[in-house]
Amino acid sequence: MIIPLLIRDFEAGVGMAIKDLFKTKPKYITVKPSGEFPGKIPSIEKKEIPDGLWVKCDRCSQITYHKDLEKNLKVCPKCSFHFRINAKERLELLVDNGGFQETDANMRTVNILGFPDYENKLKKSQKNTELIEGVITGRALINEIPTSLAIIDFGFIGGSMGSVVGEKLTRAAELAIKEKIPLIIISGGGGGARMHEGIFSLMQMAKTSQVLNKLSDAGCLYISVLTDPTMGGVLASFASLGDVIIAEPDALIGFTGPRVIQQTIRQILPAGFQTSQFQLEHGFVDLIVQRKDLKATLTQLLKFHLKGGKVNGN
Amino acid sequence: MAINQGPVLEFEKPILELEKQIEELRVFSRDKNIPMEEQIHVLEQKARSLQTEIYKNLTPLQRIQIVRHPKRPTFLDYVGIIFTNFIELHGDRNFKDDPAMVGGIAYLDDIPVTVIGQQKGRDTKENIYRNFGLPHPEGYRKALRLMHQADKFGRPIICLVDVVGAYPGIEAEERGQGEAIARNIQEMAGLSVPVVVLITGEGGSGGALAIGIGNRVLMMENAWYSVISPEGCASILYRDASKAGEAVQALKISAPNLLEMDIVDEIISEPLGGAHKNPQETANNMKTGIIKHLTPLLKLTPEELLADRYQRFRQYGKFIEN
Ligand SMILES: [Zn+2]
Repeated sequence: MIIPLLIRDFEAGVGMAIKDLFKTKPKYITVKPSGEFPGKIPSIEKKEIPDGLWVKCDRCSQITYHKDLEKNLKVCPKCSFHFRINAKERLELLVDNGGFQETDANMRTVNILGFPDYENKLKKSQKNTELIEGVITGRALINEIPTSLAIIDFGFIGGSMGSVVGEKLTRAAELAIKEKIPLIIISGGGGGARMHEGIFSLMQMAKTSQVLNKLSDAGCLYISVLTDPTMGGVLASFASLGDVIIAEPDALIGFTGPRVIQQTIRQILPAGFQTSQFQLEHGFVDLIVQRKDLKATLTQLLKFHLKGGKVNGN
Repeated sequence: MAINQGPVLEFEKPILELEKQIEELRVFSRDKNIPMEEQIHVLEQKARSLQTEIYKNLTPLQRIQIVRHPKRPTFLDYVGIIFTNFIELHGDRNFKDDPAMVGGIAYLDDIPVTVIGQQKGRDTKENIYRNFGLPHPEGYRKALRLMHQADKFGRPIICLVDVVGAYPGIEAEERGQGEAIARNIQEMAGLSVPVVVLITGEGGSGGALAIGIGNRVLMMENAWYSVISPEGCASILYRDASKAGEAVQALKISAPNLLEMDIVDEIISEPLGGAHKNPQETANNMKTGIIKHLTPLLKLTPEELLADRYQRFRQYGKFIEN
């Protein structure tokens, strides 16, 4: 029987397996891929900055003082490797001082299926991220330009999309439509659709994708920013549907997780597979923007769409 | 009875065992010329009640075994019975034709419709050609092309879903599997013709949803529809893909669960033991269901169809607000 072997768990990459990736070291982590992206493929877990005072860069092995790395927006000063940052740090980076008004801040998840251990997972994520759920949404001023902004936090169950994330993203799009402002979604979700909410999480892919038709009909700009990692059901819905798609350097971006692909095809994956550069080369992102330049680039793009002092209205 | 129905599943073995005994008794009775009608009758009744007992109390995991049965009818088998004058249309006009996704035009009674679905192979050789019914991006793009064509000519669209998931490979990623699925979902939501989706076997995650945005969504009795395959979930949850049974219970992926959660509108019944026991009867049931749900949609305007579909998917999700 070939089928069971083939299908065994590749779907894991579609759902929550990415999260799985971070817990167990993939076997092929020791493989040093040659070429442009040395050590890139499976080394996701190392991108979190540990608590110690000194941080060793995953790519160039440069050792940087913790505070210096933070000052440099968590980008390696030597090789500009981009470590992950959380949603609040991202907010600081992009939004004008005092320019953020959060929406749906108290929307909470219910364990609709009675899925085993889900409440514990939620509690742990809430403690670690100090967020109630995996996305922050709100009205945001970016260099004084009003936008509807959503930022997904990878630390919250792998940045996966359940009912709350799906609903808040949909409302962020509806806010943009109502106020005729651009929508910006920063994806940082490796989890894709959130397994713990079963079919309801799959339906969030439909919900978040279809609202973008209304957004488009309203003439609103939608910028999708892909950060590390953007996988599975997140990539296979709203994240792929931007008028402009920006990727941060060093992000893992793909549909099926590398471990699952590797298990299925039983070959070593090519160097740089599913990186931002790979997606640029294959035509799925418009541009790669360094973290330090993201606000300026967004501003420039927003300004292109200003009409009569208003953003993208008719 | 079990002629040409392929392998017997483990839980069906007691039925087969009993049928064998009855047959042996018949032979014995005939050879020895001893009348045993009464005993045979009793055993036959017992066989029937055993059959009912087993097939009416299938566990979700046993249902998955049924939908993965090698003799389970495939997309083209159903198309041949439900529709007439089917003309297959090939290719995504961009890269290539994906044999794992099939589509074309046909008549449903006297209504021209576009029919689309994943095509599994009926044997090993065909499975290799069909890539086990696991589409690449070009498969999804072909499906979308045919949907746009249907939209242009006002043809209703019928999607028959049967897929474990979109194919997980290097080339699929290079050609944008994620983008292809996302695009399909978004553009299906914008179709101004009626769309009826029927999950015939496996409804695996984004690979299923990419042809699954319907005004109505129906599901076969033994089918599953889920955000992740049972094995995938089990390997994450229990670190053991063989614990799929427990994962299935947790995920609530079988038809009665999904009907209760308003994900599907109706369950289409299968013959006792599954679709492969009687493909003709199965396809007739499917056709009745499709027509029943399509008919009222034919009376709606394009705007009403769009609003109807939008509302369906807008409401999904449970959360607390305060
Ligand atoms: Zn470095």
